[in-house]
Order: sequence, then structure tokens, then C-alpha cells
Amino acid sequence: MPKRGTPPIQEDLLQGTLDVLILRTLTFGPAHGHTIAHAIERRSDDVLQVEHGSLYPALHRLEDRGWIASFWGTSENNRRARYYRLTPLGRRQLVQQTNRWDALVAAVNRILRPAPDEPGRT
Amino acid sequence: MSWRRFLRRARWDAERAEELRSYLEIETAENVSRGMTPEEARAAAHRRLGNTTRIREDIYEMNTVRMFATVGQDVRYAARVLRRSPAFTLVAVLSLALGIGASTAIFQLIDAMRLRSLPVAHPNALVDVSIETHGTGRTGRFTSRYPRMTNPIWEHLREAQHVFEGVFAWSPASFDRSTGGASRPVSGIWVSGGFFETLGVRPSLGRLLGPADDRRGCGTPAVVLSDAFWRREFAANPGVIGTTLPLDAVPYTIVGVTEPRFFGLEVGRRFDVAVPLCAEALRDPADVQLDRRQDWWLDVVGRLAPGVTLARANAELNGLSPALFAATMPPNYTASDAKAYAAFTLTAEPAGTGASELRSAYSQPLWLLLGIAGLVLLVACGNLANLMLARASARERELAVRLAIGASRWRIVRQLLVESFMLAAAGAILGAGLAASLSRALVASLATADAPVFVDLGADWRILAFTAGLAVLTSLLFGLMPAIRATRTAPGLAIRAGGRGMSDSRERSRLRRGLVVGQIALSLVLVAAALLFAGTLYNLQHADSGMQTSGVAVASVTVRPEDVPEASRAVFFRDLVARVGRIPGVEGVTPAAIVPLLGSIANDTVVLDGHRMKPYPNINVVGPAFFAVMRIPFIAGRNFDPTDTPVSPKVAIVDEAFGRAYFGTPQPIGRGFSFDRPADQPSPVWRIVGVVRNTKYSDLRDDLGPIVYFADTQDADPPGPSLTMLVRTAAGQVPTEPILRAVHKAAPGAVVTVGRLDDRIDATFQRERLMATLSSFFGVLAAVLAAVGLYGVMSYLVARRRTEIGIRLALGATRLRIMRLVLTESTGLVAVGLALGLLLTMAAGRAVGALLFGLTATNPWILALAAAGLALTAVLATAIPARRASRLSPTTALRED
Repeated sequence: MPKRGTPPIQEDLLQGTLDVLILRTLTFGPAHGHTIAHAIERRSDDVLQVEHGSLYPALHRLEDRGWIASFWGTSENNRRARYYRLTPLGRRQLVQQTNRWDALVAAVNRILRPAPDEPGRT
Repeated sequence: MSWRRFLRRARWDAERAEELRSYLEIETAENVSRGMTPEEARAAAHRRLGNTTRIREDIYEMNTVRMFATVGQDVRYAARVLRRSPAFTLVAVLSLALGIGASTAIFQLIDAMRLRSLPVAHPNALVDVSIETHGTGRTGRFTSRYPRMTNPIWEHLREAQHVFEGVFAWSPASFDRSTGGASRPVSGIWVSGGFFETLGVRPSLGRLLGPADDRRGCGTPAVVLSDAFWRREFAANPGVIGTTLPLDAVPYTIVGVTEPRFFGLEVGRRFDVAVPLCAEALRDPADVQLDRRQDWWLDVVGRLAPGVTLARANAELNGLSPALFAATMPPNYTASDAKAYAAFTLTAEPAGTGASELRSAYSQPLWLLLGIAGLVLLVACGNLANLMLARASARERELAVRLAIGASRWRIVRQLLVESFMLAAAGAILGAGLAASLSRALVASLATADAPVFVDLGADWRILAFTAGLAVLTSLLFGLMPAIRATRTAPGLAIRAGGRGMSDSRERSRLRRGLVVGQIALSLVLVAAALLFAGTLYNLQHADSGMQTSGVAVASVTVRPEDVPEASRAVFFRDLVARVGRIPGVEGVTPAAIVPLLGSIANDTVVLDGHRMKPYPNINVVGPAFFAVMRIPFIAGRNFDPTDTPVSPKVAIVDEAFGRAYFGTPQPIGRGFSFDRPADQPSPVWRIVGVVRNTKYSDLRDDLGPIVYFADTQDADPPGPSLTMLVRTAAGQVPTEPILRAVHKAAPGAVVTVGRLDDRIDATFQRERLMATLSSFFGVLAAVLAAVGLYGVMSYLVARRRTEIGIRLALGATRLRIMRLVLTESTGLVAVGLALGLLLTMAAGRAVGALLFGLTATNPWILALAAAGLALTAVLATAIPARRASRLSPTTALRED
């Protein structure tokens, strides 16, 4: 059975990252899968190349946890599409996940940029 | 993940497909608007999205309860595998069905007799009131199967108690519907007025008995029929209400029929009629038990009032005991009896499961049989484990491939277990069907002509749980180890070994040998048990009773006061005996107060020189022909003769044990003794005039003890309405018709039963017969299963050593040598198994000791016979594979590699 709750970042870095990106994207309002995928790419200046297909299981997972909810709607160019929106629970999760992400980034940064004057060991 | 989504995952998937399609459309449209051709746009969109099927599978997987989905797969897979090897499946299911069926059948009986509550309202609040004698004993006349109370005690208790919401007395009794001629026995119960109300039994027709029906001098008493009796004898005719039913020549008015589920209070029996206690006074006005303070024949049951605990009930019963026993003191007790009686107290204990003499007689045998059936099941499991191991070897490659491509070990173990469990479940279902008819046959085998047995065998949760538990347990027993073994092989090795089971076969064949050793050991226990019980039955049937029972018939005659007034009964019976004696073919006939070997007992306390002696001698009152009819030889002195009359000096004939017990000599001719009597009653001195050989008295299983015979011609008391005669005929036939004619000429209303003494005695061996039959069945079954197991293992070993045997043959070994090779191997296994089995048998022997007669559990002949029988079976089981090995063609065997 799929696990509930937030998996530890170090175990599932990429998946967790994708989750938080989706949540962040949805803060701007409901969107369908296509929009989300493009939004993530665009907002990361195309650094994060998401395979669009992997987005859907992630969406499903988030919905399963109750962080986002979905409904069928009509897209900008008049096509039927499944829209996702952030739930209050998801909003709280986003804050939490963002904090964890910041902590992680800070930790990684401390390691990657050590004090400049440390005597080198050979 | 929600269950709802799990159950509707197909629809969910369709929705996802649509969602992905919508992505593709939007992306394609955007691509087109960027200037691509539609084909290019679509292809690019697909590239962008990735593999849609894969995505859907991922999501589908997230929606499944993985365990369930894969178990479903396992079940389907296992069903396919089992279908592909029908012979294996059939053998497995059948042997399990036999084992599980037998165990369940026996458990059903235990459940019905021991565990299940009575079919009445709130049976848990019922308590049985009995007498605590504080190490002393009760004195008096004990009749009925539950002689716990006298009627005066019951009446006093009824008035004095405050702890019961309702309380009643009852007693099982046999009635006779016949109004003359052959007897028509009816199984009845005497009940006090509160019986049905206290139990909460409802009528299905008419009304039941109430307090108004049970008043002293009850006029024309009412009778209630059981539903079964009403259907059987009256074809369920509602018109019987208000009609008359004669019981023991007393007319009763039928007032109602009980609800069908109520069979009475006695587990193992079923009542036909319930009659009020007050009617007892009408049965034989000369001998009314109701007022007799030393006639023990009633059982008292109460329903605790709300809020009253058992402890409180006991305290109150204890408190009212002194007054109760003082008020009901029997009049002609000796001083010591009276002292003991005054100290009695009443106690109560839970009675929710009802009374049963069957229970005490059959509890131990049934638990033992359950154990035996369990062992058989274990042996069957051993076979299946062996088969599963063999199959696992054969499927090594398949399993290895699955392990290699990423299946987890647990996954494979689970799949193999599912196979085992499906086999066990099929076995259990078949076994449950088998158990239904088996348990019915078992019940039928407990019944005798005189005592039909009724056990309500309806299934309840206990039986279901038992069967299901057996299925799970057996599947683990025979499936778990092979499954774990099968996955232990490193996949690479197994695949390289080309599916020939090379990798760990040494370890696995050790396991298989171990299983066979265990099977042989258990089988020996079971075969020995079978021989012990068969031996016990044989010993009983051929036990020396000191007399010759074959060729003797037992005839009982009960006369009605209208035919034979009480005053002329003695003369009538004397004439009747003479008339029966004149029937052609009859060699001798004698009245007897006690028919030997059928369980009846009369005894008393001998007093010598003012000392009360132990043990109590058994007593019989007989005619002079008794010793000739029963072929009991005289050692010394004379037989009874016509000079022994009520007024002549009292004489007695004793057996040798009597002389040894009280006079220190086997031939105490001329010595006198008397019995313990109250001071105000005459206590005549009995003079010993004859000594006969020792005989058994009430039971063939008993040791020889002191017996004293009195002459019926010296008996001054008027006889009761019944006479029992022992009739020896030259050809050993049962002269029913002539006796009926002889009786009816004089007393047309008399009721007569005639039967062979040997048949009656045989009926007392019911328990031994049951044990002998069933344990023999199980013993043979176990031996066959063990033989099949041995055959399987030896065949497997021969197959595995084909190459070696081929080389040996090629190098010049004779076929005989090869056969010996195989036989030696199996002999080793059998020897270890038998040795282990002997130890087990000795250890288990203690459990059966009490059920044996004439031999002990460690009887060397029995053990040797069992071991020899099993060894022979084992040799036969090995002979086939051994022959096969010796017939091997070396070239073929070698070419196969």
C-alpha cells in the first residue's frame, strides 16, 4: 500500500521536489496538468525539465493525500481538462515542505562552500 | 488510497486515460500554433508526455491494495498449477479430507456432549443442586441415572430456598406404553411443576406442565410429548391433545407438545414424554417413592434469581442444610448412617450444559480419539510436505527464474503457501461434508438396543472454527517448510543446474527422510493403539466370568394389579417359573434379583462379632437352578433346596472370595454372619451352607469379589410387580414366543421382554467397541499413509541416483545387489522410525491405561506385533522402487546425462 505522510527528503528527493513544485504552482489558482508542467518549466527558466508524464502519478499521489483536489473543467482553448486546486491541507504542507527544502538547501550549501581559508589536506 | 477507489479502479483508470488524452490535445494544439504540422505536433506531444501506458499503470498500481491484488493473482496462479497436476491434487485433497473429516466428526461429538449449552433460555443461569457428603456416603435405594436427591429433600428444598428464580426436580425413567403383550418402551422424564417454566421451554402445541399439574394425588395426570415423539408415534396429528396415553398401565391425558429443539436435560438422549412427579404414586401403589426418605432418584436444577451469584446461592444452600437434613432423616438408618446424613450439605454448580452419563463415559475416549485423528492428520501432512518438496524440486527452475527477474522471496513463499492453503481448504470443505455423515455414524454406533443415543449434531461456530483452524494449520504444516526451502536456492545455481534439482538436494533429501521417519514413528503409535483397543475388546469378549453366559436368555415380566393382585404375585411367579421350565428345549430356569454382568448392584455391610466389615459383599437372590443355569460349580456344601422356606433357618451360599474376605478360609461351611441393621430391626444370622466358585458380578471389568447368594424361597417380603428370569436352553435359542404364551395364559395384561444375555452383555462393551473400531481404522489409515510416504521417498532417491546405479550396473553390480542397496537405505529409515515410535508409544501409553482391559499399554507382544506389521508394510512399499532400480538399463541411465 502506498505510504501516507511526507516521505523524508533524503529518501525521495526528486519526488518530494516535484510535489512541492506542483503545490507551489497551484498557489496561483487552479490549473490542469498541461499548464502545471509548462509552468514549472517556465518558472525555473527551463532548468527543470519535467518529463510531463511523471507529473500525473505525482498529481494523483497529492490528491490521494488530500493536498490537492480535482475537477473537470474547460481549458482556455475550449477543451475538456482535469483541473487541480490546492486544498487548505495542501497549503499547510507547502509551507512545511518549503521550510524543509530551505533547510536542505542551506545544509547542502554549507557543505559545498566550506570556509575559504581551511588549510588543504593532501 | 480509498477502498472505494480500489474497487472502482477500472473506472478511475478510464478517467486518467481521458486526462492524458486531454493533455495530448492541448499540447498538440499548442505545437500546431507554433507552426508544426499536425503529425509533427502530435508526435512531439507524445514525446513530451512519455509512455502513457506506463503512467496509467503507475497510477493503477497506486490504487490497488497490493496485498489483495497479488493474493488474487496467487490464487489464480495456484489454481492453474493445481489443475495441471490433477493426480497430486486429488491425493492431497483426499488424504486431507479424510484426516480433517475424521477429526471434525469426533470434535462434533465432543462439542455436542461437552461444550454446547442446553437448548433452553439462558442456560448459563442454571445450576445443579447436589449433596456434599463430606467423605461419607449415602445409604438407601438408588434408582434412575441421576440418583442425587430423595423426594422429601426436594420438597423441603423447594419451600426453604430463596436464591432461585425457579427450581425443579426431574428424573429420567423408562415407561411402557404396552397394555399387555410385548413391551413398548417409552423414554420419559418425571418432572416437578416448575420444570418447563424454569427452563423457559415453550409448547409448539397445547400447553406444558405447570405447578397445578404436580399436586399430590394428581388424579388423571397430564402428559407432555416431545416434538420428535409426537411426529414419530402420532404422525404430528394435532388431534392427540386431550386423548389418553397409557404409561405403565396408568392413563395419562396428553395436554401438549414441546418445541422441537428441546430434547430434555440429558445430553445423548431424547425424552419422549414428560409426566408430573405426583403421578409416581400411581405407578405401583405398594411402592411409592415420593414418601421414601432413602430412595435416591431425583436431580434438582435451579435458575439463579437475577443478581444472585453462585457463591451466594451456595452460601444459602449451605445455611439451610442442617434443618433440611434433620427434617428429612430416613427412619431406619443405623447410627453411623444417621450421623453422616445429618452432616450433609447442599451445593450448587453450573448446569448449563445439562446432565449426561454419556459424557462421563465417553469424554476421555473422545478426546483420545480426537488425538488419534490428529496424529493421522499429521501423518497425512507429512506425506503432503513430501509431495510439496518433490514439486518444489521439479519447479526449482521456474522459481529460480522468478527470483532472478526480481520476485521477492516472500512473494514466492506466499505463492507456494497459497497453493498449500487451497489444497487444505478443499480438503477441509470435503472433510466437513464427510464429517457430517461420519459423526452421525459415530452416534449410531454409541447406541444400543436398550439405550438409543440422540445427540444434536447441528453445526455451530465452534465446529466451523475447528475445521477452518485445521485447514490453516495443516496448510502451514505441510506447506511452509517446503516453500521456504524452495526459495533458499541461489537462482544462478538452480538455473545452471538445468532444472534437475542438483543444488541442495542433499539437504532436501535429508528433510524428506526425516519426514518419513516421523511418519513411521507416529504410525507405530497409532497401530499400537489400534492393537491395544482391539485387544481390549477381545479380552472383554473372552474374559472368564466364572460362569457360562452363552445359551442363556433373560426374560422380564411385569404384571398389572388387575391381572395379578399383589397378594398372589409370589404364587403367580412361582408357577410362571415352573411353566417356563416345562417349555420344550428349556434346560433350566431361575429367578434372579440381579442379572449378572449388566451393571446392576446390590450390596450390604457384613457384621461379624459386632464389627462392621469391609469390603461390602455383593448380593443376589436366586432360585436353586441359578448355579446350574449359569454353570457355576459348587466347591463344597449343598445347593438351596425345598427345605429352605421363609420360616426355616436363614441359609446362604457364598463364593470363595467371601470366605477369604471375612473368615480367612475359602470354605467357611457352617459359619454365620449378619448384616448391619438399625437397633430396632431384626438382624437374622445367615448360616453358610454352600460354597461356589468365584464369578464376576456386575461388570466383566471388575475383579473377583465376595458374593453372597440368598434363596428366593426364603424371601418373606411380597415381590414387586416385575420378575426377571434366566433361562438356559439346549440350543441357545431365545424362546420368546413360548415364554409370551406361558405368561399370557395366566396374565393377559403382563408385559414381557426377552433377549439373549450375551447380547445384553455385549451392549455394555459399546465404548470398547467404538475405540477398537475407530482406532483400527485410523491405525490402518496411518500405516497406509506412511507406506505411501516411504514409497515416495524411496522412488525419489532411486530417481536421483539413477546415474550412480547405472554406473554400478555397468561396472558389474548384480541386480540383487542394487535391490539390496535400496532396501538397506529404507531399512535404516524404518528402523529409526520404529525406534522413535516405540519411545513415543511408551510415553503415550499412560493416557490410555484406564481404557484398557487385560493388557497394559506397554505390552511387549502388542508393540512387537505393531512394529512387525509396519516393517512388513515398509518392505512392501520399498519393493517397487527397489525393483525399478534393479531393472534400470545402464545405457539409458548413463545416456541421460
